[in-house]
Order: sequence, then C-alpha cells, then structure tokens
Amino acid sequence: MRRTPKDVEQNARTVSRRGIIFGGLQLLMFGTLGWRMRQLQLRDSEQFRLLADENRINIRLLPPARGLIFDRNGKALAINEQNYRVVIVREDAGDVEKVLSQLQMLINLSDEDVAAALKTVKQRSPFVPITVADHLTWDDVAKIAVNAPALPGITPEVGFSRVYPRGKDFAHVIGYVGPVSDYDLAKIDDQDPLLQIPKFQIGKTGVENKKERDLRGKAGTKSIEVNAVGRVMRELERQEGQSGDDLQLTIDASLQNYAEARLAGQSASCVVMDVKSGDLIAIGSAPSFDPNKFVRGISVPDYQGLLDDEFRPLASKSVQGTYPPGSTVKMVTALAALEGDFADAADTVRCNGYTEVADRNFHCWKRGGHGKVDLVSSLVESCDVYYYEMAQKVGIENISAMAKRLGLGSKFSLPLSAVASGLAPTKEWKRKRYGKDWVIGDSLNAAIGQGFVKSSPLQLAVMTARIASGTDITPRLVKTINGRETLAPKPESLGIATSSLKAVRDGMFGVSNLTRGTGFRSRIIAKGMRMAGKTGTSQVRNISAAERASGVIRNEDLPWKRRDHALFVGYAPADDPKYAISVVVEHGGGGSTAAAPIARDIMLQALYGELPPLDAYPTNQRSTIRRQQREINILASTRKAGAKDST
Amino acid sequence: MSYLEYNIKHVPTGLRKVLHVNWPLVLLMIAIASFGFLMLYSVAGGSFDPWASAQMKRFAMGLGLMFFIGFVPIYLWRNLSPLFYIVSLVLLVLVELVGETGMGAQRWLNLGFMRLQPSELMKIALVLVLAAYYDWLDNERRSKLLWVLIPVLLIVIPSFLVLRQPDLGTTLLLMIGGASVIFFAGVHWMYFAGVISAGIATVAGVFLSRGTPYQFLKDYQYRRIDTFLDPSADPLGAGYHITQAKIALGSGGWTGRGFMQGTQTRLNFVPEKHTDFIFTTLAEEFGFVGAASLLALYAGVLIFAFASAFKNKDRFSSLMIMGLAVTFFLYFAVNMSMVMGLAPVVGVPLPLVSYGGSAMLVILISFGFVQSAHIHRPR
Repeated sequence: MRRTPKDVEQNARTVSRRGIIFGGLQLLMFGTLGWRMRQLQLRDSEQFRLLADENRINIRLLPPARGLIFDRNGKALAINEQNYRVVIVREDAGDVEKVLSQLQMLINLSDEDVAAALKTVKQRSPFVPITVADHLTWDDVAKIAVNAPALPGITPEVGFSRVYPRGKDFAHVIGYVGPVSDYDLAKIDDQDPLLQIPKFQIGKTGVENKKERDLRGKAGTKSIEVNAVGRVMRELERQEGQSGDDLQLTIDASLQNYAEARLAGQSASCVVMDVKSGDLIAIGSAPSFDPNKFVRGISVPDYQGLLDDEFRPLASKSVQGTYPPGSTVKMVTALAALEGDFADAADTVRCNGYTEVADRNFHCWKRGGHGKVDLVSSLVESCDVYYYEMAQKVGIENISAMAKRLGLGSKFSLPLSAVASGLAPTKEWKRKRYGKDWVIGDSLNAAIGQGFVKSSPLQLAVMTARIASGTDITPRLVKTINGRETLAPKPESLGIATSSLKAVRDGMFGVSNLTRGTGFRSRIIAKGMRMAGKTGTSQVRNISAAERASGVIRNEDLPWKRRDHALFVGYAPADDPKYAISVVVEHGGGGSTAAAPIARDIMLQALYGELPPLDAYPTNQRSTIRRQQREINILASTRKAGAKDST
Repeated sequence: MSYLEYNIKHVPTGLRKVLHVNWPLVLLMIAIASFGFLMLYSVAGGSFDPWASAQMKRFAMGLGLMFFIGFVPIYLWRNLSPLFYIVSLVLLVLVELVGETGMGAQRWLNLGFMRLQPSELMKIALVLVLAAYYDWLDNERRSKLLWVLIPVLLIVIPSFLVLRQPDLGTTLLLMIGGASVIFFAGVHWMYFAGVISAGIATVAGVFLSRGTPYQFLKDYQYRRIDTFLDPSADPLGAGYHITQAKIALGSGGWTGRGFMQGTQTRLNFVPEKHTDFIFTTLAEEFGFVGAASLLALYAGVLIFAFASAFKNKDRFSSLMIMGLAVTFFLYFAVNMSMVMGLAPVVGVPLPLVSYGGSAMLVILISFGFVQSAHIHRPR
C-alpha cells in the first residue's frame, strides 16, 4: 500500500531503533556465552582436564609370574605352564551360536560349557573376549587355527596356569592355588590390588598359601585408553611387574615319591628330618590327591569322593594329625626320670604284668609281665609297668616339661597348613580344660603316651632328632628364597646329661637290634647304617576288665576304626645319626608290625639315596623285600607318570 | 515504502547481480561451514567419511540454492510468502497425521527422494509472512488489538503443531523468531511488556505454588521439570550428556588439545558429537581461541545482516532480514547455551556446523532471501 514519505521515514527509524535494542539483547547473549566459555575453558580448565583423563585412562594390572617351587636338588615341584584357551568376541563372530556349535565339532566342549559361554557373551559388551574353553591341548589349538576361516571371532590365547608336575606326591606339602574368593578377601588383611582381579590365583593351602607373599610377586601396570563404552583404544604406558620369588624346599622329591608310594594303601604318614640341619627331607601323608584338579576346578563328585573317603585324603596327617604317641613317648618319661634324679639307669622295677594304683589295675601290654627290668630293657621290650612306676616318682609336670624340651606339644613355625601343636598335658591344663583335678591315673597314662598326650608325626620326628643329636634342632622346610639361603637358628645343646642320653639311645638301639627288641624284625644290618628306634601302639578304645579276662580281642578282628594306631620313631645311622624318622599308620595295628617296616624302608632309601641293596636287610627277609621293592618301584613310577598325565 | 515505489532502473539485472551479492556474508558463512567440515573430519577419526564429505556436498548444493533464491527479485518472494506459509502449515498437519517418527518425535515427512522436516520450512515461512503482513498493514492499525491478534495467531498455530511432535527447540525458535518480527515492526511495546510479565507470573505461579494445596501441576510433572532444568541432578541419565560436554569444553583450555586429539569426543564420551554437540569437539580441540573465533564469525554474520537490514528502505526486506537473522542467532545461542550447561538440553543444531541436511538447507535458503533483499534493495 502507498505510504507517505513521512511514514516511511518513521517506519525506518522504528525498525532501526528496535533493531538496535534487539542487538543490545544479542550482545548481552554474546557476553554470557563468552563469559561461560572463559569460565569453563580458562578458569576450571585444569579440573576438567583431569576429569577427561579420568574418563579415558584406565589403569590395568599386569599379573606377575608366580614364583616357582623346587625341591632340594632343583627338581621342579610347582611351575607355571602355558595354558591354551579359546576366546570368542561377539562382534567378530556374528552368529555366536553357530560358531560355537562349529567349535564343538572340533574340540571336546560340553553343552554346559557352550550354554555358559553363550550366557556370558550376551551379558557383556560385544567387543569383550569371553573364554569359551580352558586348558586346551596343543592339538586343539592347531585344529582351531586350521579351521579359523569357519570360526569367525574365535581366537586361541595363551595364559599361564599353575601346574604341579609331581601331582599327588606334594599335594599336602605344596598345596594348591585357586581363584581368590570373597571368603579369602574377608579373611586376609592384604591391600594388594592384584587380589581385586577376578579369578586371580592365590595359594589356598600348604606352602602355596603360607608363602603367598613371596610367591606372588608385584603387579605391573599398564595405562590404556578406553572409550565411553570401555573398548580399549590403545596402550599409553606399561610398567612391568616383578615376578614372585622362587622357593627351594628342603624336601627331596625322589624320597618323597618313594615315601608316598610306600605309604600308599593305608591311612598313614611319615616325616623324615635331617638330624644335623633340621631339614625336612620327606613329609608323607597317604592317601593323597591330585592338586592339579583343584587348580582347574575340581568336579563335585570328585570332591565329594575325597570328603567321603574314610582315610581322609585331604588331611595332611604328618603335620595336622595328632595321635596318642603310645610307647614312642617312653624316652621322654625315661629322660625326665634320669634328669630329675628320680631314678638311675641301672635301677630295676619288677613287672608282673600290671600294677595297682589308686584301686585300679594298670596293665602292661605283656600279660605275664617282663620280670625285672631296668631302663634299657624297659625301652627294648617296651615294658609299661616300669613307666607306671616312673610316672609316680617323676610326676606329670616333669614329664610334660621334658616333652616340651624335646618338641612335643610345641608348634613349629613351618609354612604348612594347620600345623598341629599337639598336647603335653599339665595339672593346670586339665583344671582349665575339664574343671577337674589331675589324678595319678592320668600321669600313668601320660607316661606311656596314652590319655591326654597327643603329638603329630612331625613332633615325633623332631623329638627323635633331638634325642639323636642332643640339640634343640628345629625343622626347616624352605631352603632358599630367590636363591638366598634361609637362616635357621643354630641348634643349641638341650642340656641333657650325656649319660642320660646314652642310656636312652642304648635302649632305642636295642629295640631295633636286640632279639628281644620290639623292632628287631625291622632292623637294618648294613654296616654303619644300623637304626635305633622305638615302636609304639596306641589304643583308641578302652579295654574292659571283662575283655582283659577273656583275652584282648586281636586287632584284625576289630573294625578298622577301632584298631590301634601303629607308630615308629627312629634314627640312623645309630652311631652317627643322619636322619630321624617317624611313621604313623592310623589303625594299623601294632607299631612293630605295621609302622617299623615302613620306617626302615624309607630310612634305607634316604640313606642310600636310591633303592637300597638287599644285603641291607636281614637274610631271611630278602626274598619278601625283593618282591615288595618291585611292587613299590612300579607304584612309584606310575605315580610319576600319572602326575605327568595330569599336567 | 512499497516496492512499486522505487526506481526500478537502479536495481541490477542479469549477471550484474553477482556484483551486488552481499559477499562478506557469503564468505563468513563459508568460514563457519569450514569449521564444521574440519570438526566432522575430526570426529570421524580423521576421515571424510561418513560425515564431512556428505556435509560438503550438501553445503555446495545449499550455496547454489542460496544464489538461485538471491537472484530472484524480492517482490516475487514477498508475494509468494502467504503461499509458503500455507504450504508449510499443511505439511505440518500432514506430519501430525502420517509423519515418520525418529528419536522419539514425529518430525519427518518421507517424500521418497528426501525426508522433509516441515518445521524447518516453517521457520522461514513464518518470518516471511509476518514481514509481508507488516509491509501491508498501515501504521494506524498496527498496534490495535485485532491487528495484533492476527500475527499472534500466525505464530501460535504452527508453534502448537510443532510442540505436539514434540520439538521444544523449534517451538522456541518459531515463537521468539516470530515475536521479534512483530517487535521490529513497531507494535506498541506495552504488548511485549504484558506478555513477558504474564509469562514471568505464570512461571512464578507454577513454582511458588509447589508444595501448597493449590499447586498448579502434579508432583511428577514438577519432578520432570526439575530434571529438565538441572540435568546434573541425574548424573547417569539426562545429566550424563551435559556433564561430559562440560568436561570436553573445559579440558580444551586456552588453545585446546590439538586437532583430532580431543579425547572426550573421539572416545564417544560426548553424545551426538557430530550433530547437536559438535561445539564441544571444537572447544575441546581448539580451546577457547577456537570457540571464541566461531562466536566472532557468528557475530559477524549478524552484524552484516543487520547492517543490510538498516540500509534497506523496503519495509518487507528489512523486517525479513532481521527476522531471519534473529532465527539464525537463536540457533547458535540456544545450542551453545545448551552444550555449556546454561540451558536445558533441547535439540537445536549449531547452524552451518552440525551435521544434518535440513538445518543447513534452511539456513542457506533463509540467507538466499537475505541476499535477494540485499541485491534488489531500492536505491
């Protein structure tokens, strides 16, 4: 429409004026935006830069290689072996189900494994590699590699897993590793970030557990850049960790192997200790189990089988088991009597087969009695009545004090699981424990290693070594850590008079070398290798007066659980002791028949360092021994082969 | 002054029009778009695919369209503007009926060869029709209530349709863009004061009544407003985006982390890094210097557009240029406020920089009209 020039002029002015007003508003907005930029980018820049780095940089731990374990001669006991596994990446695989079923045709893969993998694959981001199968053989890996084009998204990977090449032989000593659990985390106070890695392997039992800190090593780190969904873009920095320290044990792998083979078939244990250095040369416990199964994850039926076994394969009986030591403790009572001047070695006691104390009859194992016995013959023939007499003279406090001096009832610090402390009872202990007063009968029982007295095979071996050496030698299991010799305390003299020790040693020599000796059958006749020892048979049941009257039931006629424990302790060579040994056969019957032969065989093996010549054995036993050696040889070698199979 | 009144002899014709194009504006726009190409190349991890090359093609096409529109005499566009408005309105209704849904909103019409967003067309058509309206209306009637209600209706009808899609960002742009034209036309300022006071009163009423028995809205509606206004209250949901965007911006510092070195955007911590949040990439990689430069380029566009409007004696032309310039201003002001955490997250792209065909085409078409007005201005 037509406008007057005046109108046009006025309109133009209005537009300009209002345009300028609006321009002012816009300027204000520019100011605000600029101010905000300054605020974010200049004032708070450092803080935001930090947040950005926190966003993108992820610190990952690099697990260190676990320290290896060797025996005293450098034979490998625990190693890290390359472990082949196969992983699948969803985004590369496409149809995961199809790829997995193709994989199933190539390698041994259960339907459960496939289902588990499928489930995990669906839960995680598409680029996260998921382990489908573990512990593959090289053949499997080769098959997968050849068929790679048909298996998109599948890649074989190499990791490390713990392997125990000697399988069952060292299950109780070395133990095994397993993935760290919530229970472990709650139990141990350890801030090591490595423990936060899912399925990180830590020692669960034995040396693996007790020497965890040495074996584990230090974590390395790598910084990686990740994007918003966690995909790794690149590695920014890497700091290598420090692998764990290697351990060398004092155990001799071949003796351990022999000992385990010799004990096989029974619920038994043995400890061989070097008398001079305290080194534990063998710690046997039978039956055993394959620790490699635990590393891989033991199946429920296998595990239940181990739990249900009457012979308790999971227990390390040599250090965890405590038994009434029976007659093997008689040296303690004898030494307590001699050292306390309560008796002289030549003093005699008359044994009629029993003694009456506090209106109770205490029986000797020999029904008719031993007649007149002195200290040496009391040990040789293991007369109980002699020690009933001594117990009354010496008193429990002195006996227990001597037991402690010799290592019974004391806990040795060894890197093994649940090392038992046993018990050398005192009057005060009984009051505290049972709220009852000590009675004389308790002392009599303690004097012959029954009643409250409890000791482990390890403690019995230490006791024997101390008697043989006259020093307070302590056991040692770890020889070197990372090549450095572990320092053992220098053994000091026990302070027991030489004459007392000599009397006891003579008695022990007699046990194994005199015709009347309870261990005579299991003697060593090789020159300079003769053994001194002591048998022990400890009851696990009470024999009633009625049974005693009608004749004590023979062990063979009792159910296994009610039979006597068979024990033997000894050292050899008798004139220059090198090794001390203890053997306990649970419910094995008599010490002289069940335990002593085992102790002799293992001792000879230790002394010779190989299968001993037959002429170390008494002439009339050689043919039996030859047969037995052959059997054990086969057993020992199959154990080795079995161990290799399971790797 | 109406077009018929000026001296037609002085308006350039034929190829001579090229000399009269507002070249500074064109160059500024190319500069801004180049920022966009650079950033799209960067967020694709140093690749022209998939975004930068497509964006360059579209920009070239849009630039051609801009010149084509610019060379057509402005009076023709003015006469067609009611038609544009009606067509846009019909398309908006069609979107409501048969539109395609994308990202939770019904915005697109599938034309077979391209997907059309009628709300984008409406941004231009509304400004054009309002400018034409005030060009036609004489001064005596412009502040009368009835004659004010007509443009208000012209604004409210499409705004309502767009809000239903729902597209809050575009609604805001339409309403403020339209209102600015009414303001520039010289309608009595009391109307604006009244509307603004009423708006403030409503908002105050809504918030002040909260918690009292007379509250305007339901509790859950209040909670939704809360997260909308303050996303940081919900750091893993709505707040995540804005927090990450702020980190990206902030970590740029003075000069930025360097071209293609921005970790926040390159590693996908910032969402929509190639579209609505592309400013964060720029700010992260080129720092304060880069972000302020882009702001300066935008300011340059506004200055040249307003200068062109002030000099133009044709009422339609000057009102239209200013209205379109305000729409352009709203685009980047809302976008930048959003990514810098000054405003709630509403989907508005950064003009000429964000990846996307519709928005870029609309900006270039609108500047085609600006060029047409500039070339064919009365002399």
